[in-house]
Amino acid sequence: MTQIPIQGTGPALSRTSSRYWRNKSAYLGVLPFLLFSGLFLLYPTWNVISGAFQDESGKFGTKVLVEVFNSSSARAGFRNSLEISAQTAIAGSILGGLFAWAMVTGKQGGFFYRFSVALSSVLAQFGGVMLTFAFLATFGFNGLVSTFAIKYAPGSFLAESSWLYGKAGIAVLYTFFQIPLMVLVFLPTLENMKVQWREASDALGGKTYEYWLRVGIPILTPSFAGAALLLFVNSFSAYATAATLINLSDFLTPLAIATALTSEVGGANPAEAKSLSAYMVIVVIIAMSLYALLRRKVSKWEQSR
Amino acid sequence: MKKSIGVRIWRISIIAVVSFYLLMPLYAMFDFSTKQFGLGGKSRNLDSWRIIPSQPDLMIAISRSLLTALIVMALILFLIVPTAIWVHLKLPLLRRPFELLCLIPLAIPAIVIVVGIAPLYRWISINLTESPITLSGVYSMLILPYTYRSLSAALDAVDIHTLAEAARTLGASFARVIFGIIMPTIKTGIINGSFIAIALVLGEYTISNILNYKTFQVVIAQIGRANGNVAVAVSLASLLFVLFLLLLIPNKKRLGTVLDVDVK
Repeated sequence: MTQIPIQGTGPALSRTSSRYWRNKSAYLGVLPFLLFSGLFLLYPTWNVISGAFQDESGKFGTKVLVEVFNSSSARAGFRNSLEISAQTAIAGSILGGLFAWAMVTGKQGGFFYRFSVALSSVLAQFGGVMLTFAFLATFGFNGLVSTFAIKYAPGSFLAESSWLYGKAGIAVLYTFFQIPLMVLVFLPTLENMKVQWREASDALGGKTYEYWLRVGIPILTPSFAGAALLLFVNSFSAYATAATLINLSDFLTPLAIATALTSEVGGANPAEAKSLSAYMVIVVIIAMSLYALLRRKVSKWEQSR
Repeated sequence: MKKSIGVRIWRISIIAVVSFYLLMPLYAMFDFSTKQFGLGGKSRNLDSWRIIPSQPDLMIAISRSLLTALIVMALILFLIVPTAIWVHLKLPLLRRPFELLCLIPLAIPAIVIVVGIAPLYRWISINLTESPITLSGVYSMLILPYTYRSLSAALDAVDIHTLAEAARTLGASFARVIFGIIMPTIKTGIINGSFIAIALVLGEYTISNILNYKTFQVVIAQIGRANGNVAVAVSLASLLFVLFLLLLIPNKKRLGTVLDVDVK
């Protein structure tokens, strides 16, 4: 719904002589913001995208993009990134979605509900350095669970911490912030489900499982899938957690980008960093476009309250 | 609606499993930070909590990060919010382009932004200042999608055109309309945006670490290399502090906007 601006009422407006110039000069109002975002947002975006099409000497072409595409270590990192993002998105969305359902079925506005919302908004941001420390204190050397396991189950994988510093460890850590994020994203959807739907189903003789199978799940699927895509992007672009947990410089694409950008042993290669970034951006844009499409489907019933 | 036995069992078991996942590492942090390592160290004490204030760089980093957060909030209040209102009021043609601009950071992860912005910050640190508070520039852009979302929701909920017209008719200047009339009516949206700003700045590691700035998180990582117990204690302390703040200001509307902030 667009509002038609009402013109020419105040005394201040009559000061300007022509409507034409008044409209044009209004554009000056966005100039400070445009300059600022040009410097801190548009310039870096352009820098990465144009840089991806240049080689080390600045010559235009797809040389570096092709090189990166064919490099086996870049491919392995990309595959790991995609794999871990998909796994943690699925695990996080299922566990988080169920937890959100548990919150909704409880007393709304009660202590458990409020505490869960607050805890989720804190923990969803808890990625990075502090998350790594939390899990090192749990499963790492001298950690809570590993000390326990050494005493009571010396043979198990929990007794030695090596699993933490690989794919499994990263997936467990990422899922930790994916669950609360899912709770935050999915809770509004669940809250907007109408009691009348359930009542209608009950009145027509539907059983609980029939309600979920034929009404609940079909209605929730688009927003569930959308939320899962959001989680996917969230863990795909995560850097700090993996960077503080493991030392493998090209295990995941974000780590490979950081290495290519900052390597101090003479290997710094901004062109490679930009090409890797371009591939990352492509994946994120695909996921976010799918998300936008799904949201459009959702918004029809969710927003017409 | 009465809950059936099945629903109850499901509910309790889900809550138990997820809470265990989320709370055990937090308890482990407490456990770890009070543990004594070394010979025969069986006793527990709060030594690593006690020496938090004397950690090198930590207090400086906290105050710098808070100052950075303050500048980001100022940028939101005096640059981003007025521009959003201006576009809403006067430039309907620019609404779509403005929205797209604000959504760019959703498509460009922080690790990618840092690749593009490294030359700019190299220039700034050589020619202007090496202070980490200059990071507020890129931080205010990183949170743009969330600021925009909470703002546009708030702006759509109020008929700001009528408000602005009424104020103009009574002789208010445009600055007065924006800062005195419209901004107070969308207070909640602005507060939400500011809250996200604090969370982002205090939690940011990717950009500051790669650009070699000693922010809060970078210093925690640095402490962790020397003394794990203290780093764990600091992390837990800051986590509890934020949780406490959030429980103090229970606000249902916040839920919709503190979504998916990408700070990892």
